[in-house]
Amino acid sequence: MTNTLELRDVSVAIEERPIINSLSFSLEKGEIACLLGPSGCGKTTLLRTIAGFERPTTGEVWLESRLVSDEHIMVPVEDRKVGMVFQDYALFPHLNVKDNIAFGLQQMNSNERKARVEEMAELLEVSSFLNDYPHRLSGGQQQRVALARAIATRPNVLLLDEPFASLDIELREQIAKEMRTVLKANGVTAILVSHNQMEAFAMADTIGVMRDGALLQWDNAFTLYHRPVCTYVADFVGDGVFLPGKVINSTNVETELGIINGGQSHGFAFDDEVIVLIRPDDIIHDDSSGMQAKVQDKAFRGAEFLYTLALESGLQVLTLVPSHHNHALDESIGIRLEIDHLVVFPAQ
Amino acid sequence: MKVFWTYVCLLFFSNALFATEVNIYSARKEALIKPLLDRYTEQTGVEVNLVTGKADALIKRLELEGANSPADLLLTVDVGRLHRAKQLNLLAAVESQSLNEAIPEIYRDPDGFWFGLSLRSRVIVYAKKSVSSERLSTYEALADPVWKNKICVRSSSNIYNQSLVSSLVAHLGEEKTELWAKALVSNLARSPKGGDRDQIKAVSVGQCSLALVNTYYLAGMMTSKIASEVTAASKVGLFWPNQNGRGAHVNISGAGVTHSSTRKEEAMRLLEYFAGEQAQAWYAENNHEYPVRAGIAMSETLKQWGEFKSDQLALSKLGELNTSAVRLMDRAGWK
Amino acid sequence: MSSLGLLSWPGFIPDWIQRSRFHPWLMGLILIASLLAIPVFCILLSVFLDSGDVWQHLYETVLVSYILNSLALVSGVGFLVLSLGIIPAWLVTMYKFPGRKILSWALLLPMAIPAYIIAYTYTGMLDVAGPLQIMLREFFAWEYGDYWFPEVRSLGGAIFMLALVLYPYVYLLSRAAFIEQSLCVLEVSRTLGCGPFRSFYKVAIPLARPAIIAGLSLVMMETLADYGTVQYFGVATFTTGIFRTWFGLGSSVAAAQLAVVLLMLIMLVVILEAWSRQQARYHHTSNRYSKLIRKPLRGVPGSIATIACVLPVAFGFVIPAVQLFIWARQTWSDVIDKEFFALIGHSVELAAIASVTAVLLTLFIAYGKRLFSNPLTSFIVRFLGMGYAIPGTVIAVGVLIPFAWLDNSVDAWMRLHMGVSTGLLFSGTIFALIFAYLVRFLPVSLNAVDAGLSKVRPSMDEAGRSMGLNAGNILRKIHVPMLKGSILTAALLVFVDVLKELPATLILRPFNFNTLAIRTYELANEERLAEAASPALAIVLVGIIPVIILSRSISRSRTGHD
Repeated sequence: MTNTLELRDVSVAIEERPIINSLSFSLEKGEIACLLGPSGCGKTTLLRTIAGFERPTTGEVWLESRLVSDEHIMVPVEDRKVGMVFQDYALFPHLNVKDNIAFGLQQMNSNERKARVEEMAELLEVSSFLNDYPHRLSGGQQQRVALARAIATRPNVLLLDEPFASLDIELREQIAKEMRTVLKANGVTAILVSHNQMEAFAMADTIGVMRDGALLQWDNAFTLYHRPVCTYVADFVGDGVFLPGKVINSTNVETELGIINGGQSHGFAFDDEVIVLIRPDDIIHDDSSGMQAKVQDKAFRGAEFLYTLALESGLQVLTLVPSHHNHALDESIGIRLEIDHLVVFPAQ
Repeated sequence: MKVFWTYVCLLFFSNALFATEVNIYSARKEALIKPLLDRYTEQTGVEVNLVTGKADALIKRLELEGANSPADLLLTVDVGRLHRAKQLNLLAAVESQSLNEAIPEIYRDPDGFWFGLSLRSRVIVYAKKSVSSERLSTYEALADPVWKNKICVRSSSNIYNQSLVSSLVAHLGEEKTELWAKALVSNLARSPKGGDRDQIKAVSVGQCSLALVNTYYLAGMMTSKIASEVTAASKVGLFWPNQNGRGAHVNISGAGVTHSSTRKEEAMRLLEYFAGEQAQAWYAENNHEYPVRAGIAMSETLKQWGEFKSDQLALSKLGELNTSAVRLMDRAGWK
Repeated sequence: MSSLGLLSWPGFIPDWIQRSRFHPWLMGLILIASLLAIPVFCILLSVFLDSGDVWQHLYETVLVSYILNSLALVSGVGFLVLSLGIIPAWLVTMYKFPGRKILSWALLLPMAIPAYIIAYTYTGMLDVAGPLQIMLREFFAWEYGDYWFPEVRSLGGAIFMLALVLYPYVYLLSRAAFIEQSLCVLEVSRTLGCGPFRSFYKVAIPLARPAIIAGLSLVMMETLADYGTVQYFGVATFTTGIFRTWFGLGSSVAAAQLAVVLLMLIMLVVILEAWSRQQARYHHTSNRYSKLIRKPLRGVPGSIATIACVLPVAFGFVIPAVQLFIWARQTWSDVIDKEFFALIGHSVELAAIASVTAVLLTLFIAYGKRLFSNPLTSFIVRFLGMGYAIPGTVIAVGVLIPFAWLDNSVDAWMRLHMGVSTGLLFSGTIFALIFAYLVRFLPVSLNAVDAGLSKVRPSMDEAGRSMGLNAGNILRKIHVPMLKGSILTAALLVFVDVLKELPATLILRPFNFNTLAIRTYELANEERLAEAASPALAIVLVGIIPVIILSRSISRSRTGHD
């Protein structure tokens, strides 16, 4: 199976400032990926490089087995068949919804175009305001129109730049899921750019975590969470704390919480100073356990509490506890470890 | 802000009047009158205040300002406007022995409402290279088809053309003049544009053979500082038309005391100064206009053109016929 | 959410203001606007006066040619200014090419040259008796008629002359619009398969349409009001017709009626344009801007861009300015005396007072319109906009009528009751002159400020209100600082316009008060072009200063710009 999109060692500089450093990944047809990272990490620049707005200083971009960008070749944006949805949707204010959706369909005859617009409108549930102008629509409606406009042309790849940033927070996850359903049903290959992991988890098959122009990890959500390749990814994706520890043998690490056995080799030598990633779900509240920790902070999350616990040494860990276990601050509770994935990094 | 308002208040009273002053609304350009006024102030101590502008606009201003208008004198560069001002009751009659003596009767209003101060004639200039002066005779003869595509003249919006055509209406009647105008238009080498100097230049380079222009424009070019103007002027000759008949058409620059003036006496003194020998000589020397007063020394240029016979038509007639002249030119297609 | 802010726009006027029908601001707005509308109104009233058979005569002879020539002139100038204005505006906004920085402000320079001066200058150079043709004839031993040479003084020439000095309006306003356009919209268009050229005319131009139309309508009004150029070139337009009817046929009533017809035509065009826009909106659905990074153009495209921007500056400014300079060098010793500096002083003084007053009034009116947006206020503002299209002389008469009436009435009353005569208080003062400038040029500053004000979000007003500011304070503390760019633009446009203004100044000025424009006109009208060059050059030089300030401030004051 050929890749719809492939980046090979792509580096990008803007006004001679390096933004992207030798970055590679590929996407199969119908795959949805998310580039996740803090603002300024270069993820938007990467998106724009794929679209053809920026030229790579080195490396190659391939779309549908066609080399579209390298140091010499630069296929113009309009010939790449990429769809793009911007953070502010960038609807054409001078055109109504219908004409916005039809904008990219110049090649079709008027009947085909009409049919395609109607199809898209139905798919994204914007049929009822086809004749309205963008300024009359709510943010969510604008976003659906922007999406309809972008996929109406059946793009090779759909590029979404922070598409949920302008929406209300409560709506984001839900809309992300709906969008995923639409894209999957239509077999659209898409790359999403986001700084929000929940959106990434809701939308993407594959997530790439970026930092300072480099791609740190390119994996699915589960792997990213449970097998982060570096402390940065571990920290950026999901909650958790690092506990210092010492290597006892090839599988075990000793920490304040006792000896942790990951069940497989962690690759460090005996006596190495390390840190161990402890996710909230690695710590189970157990009244019968002898290991005690003091509640320092708690956050109610509906079905669960997220407790911040202080160990004897003062180090803090997090734990998720069903919300019928309501403990007061400063109360000591029993905990035990239940680690499926031992994630160990060298001590800093 | 305070300064601003103080300033605005001061502006309100800028019309405040002082004792020995005369105010002029002048259609004559500042450069062609200010030096004389300065000299007058020097000699008499009377301050002269000046607003220049287009005659019709000044007349409108005078009319709207009514009885309180600060203007004492209205000065124009053609007789038609003076006539119009008189008809609108904007001028007052004055009786002055010295004005009546200095200015021949035909160059002033019979009732003393206005007085001519200098003369300009509208003449034919021809390309020396291609036209001999023997082929020229009268304004009327310009309608001859031999001059097809040979004549340049400025727009009929220009007052000098209007007054020339008025004089033709007075002499020939409206019907004949219209036929003449039509024939003239069909003889034009180019659609009317530019001023009189432009017509002279066009003749000088051969775009046309003849043009109708005022005398002082040609004189001005001959004595210009700009070499190209002198060259152009040297290539054309001046022809006095209708010398065997009624004489060449003349118009005046002139002035009248306004009806609203509270200083008619001072205004009349200034008029007398304009008609005096000193001022008359200044016009003849500096703007190459012919003096209305006899016995004034002329500029070298004017001397070189010699004496000419001028049309003795009462100038007030030109003012009366101006509107019909313009309508006639509209009908004739003279742009 | 940014986009929702706009939805609340119609309802944004706080109740407290809507309810106060006699709010002092509204009363003030109506009062000021009515005062300024009087001159246009006086002209409109002429419709009811009898002008005899003048119309019959005009209809039978010249009216059709007036209309046809005016239409040809306006459409020709309109078409040219669009190309001369929009293309450079787009290039300097979006691309980097040799000379871009200088050209971006130099493109405004032709604004400092009055149309009639550029007409005189080009005639002097290119006319059949001008140096160029003389040289050609001498070099090739041609005679007149042996060769073809374009006639400067023709309808086509008038179109070029006017377009060369008027295109900066379109350049200025469309450039401001381009700078503010969200880049994303253009990029979306690219991803939807439109190349850069197609995106330009399918997205960028439609989005800038209100700005372009605003610039274009200023140009068209200025073109219709132009007298100097067309008169000199012998092109019979509506405006020359108005003067001919007044001066030649002696009918000021019919002349005013012609002016009314002109006004009606303009109103028709304005209404048609508004109608054609229907409900499409042009403000952006977002206020996020990605930083504008100009794309470098090198090689041939770069040179083409440079040439496209150099041409208007060269023909609209450099060439005429050089010619003026050459003439001025031959004659300056006769022209420049100590009075010459008084001329500069008067010109600057008038222009400064007029521009400051215009801006203050504009803020008051534009903001009043924002507070009380109802058919009355928008009609008033639209009516005030008409002033720009009326020839200056006609406006001047419209100003003379009410002032003279007021002065004479006051005088009569004072004589009757106090036994003193007050004479003319306002007529023939700078006050009347400034008033005429306001009537004529307020549309220019209204245009600039209104455009800026519409970009200030209603939520700003609400925020200010919630912090206890009253309407005046909201204007002073929130809008004025945010509108700095627009206000400066308005002030400088009025400044330059007043500097160049001739006909109203000529009629309305006080005794012994001359300006550069008047001195230039008097000399040029006497056909002493070379002598006229010094004051003309002085107008240009004084005019350049604000133009440069203006240009620099524009490029600084915009989002996403360095």
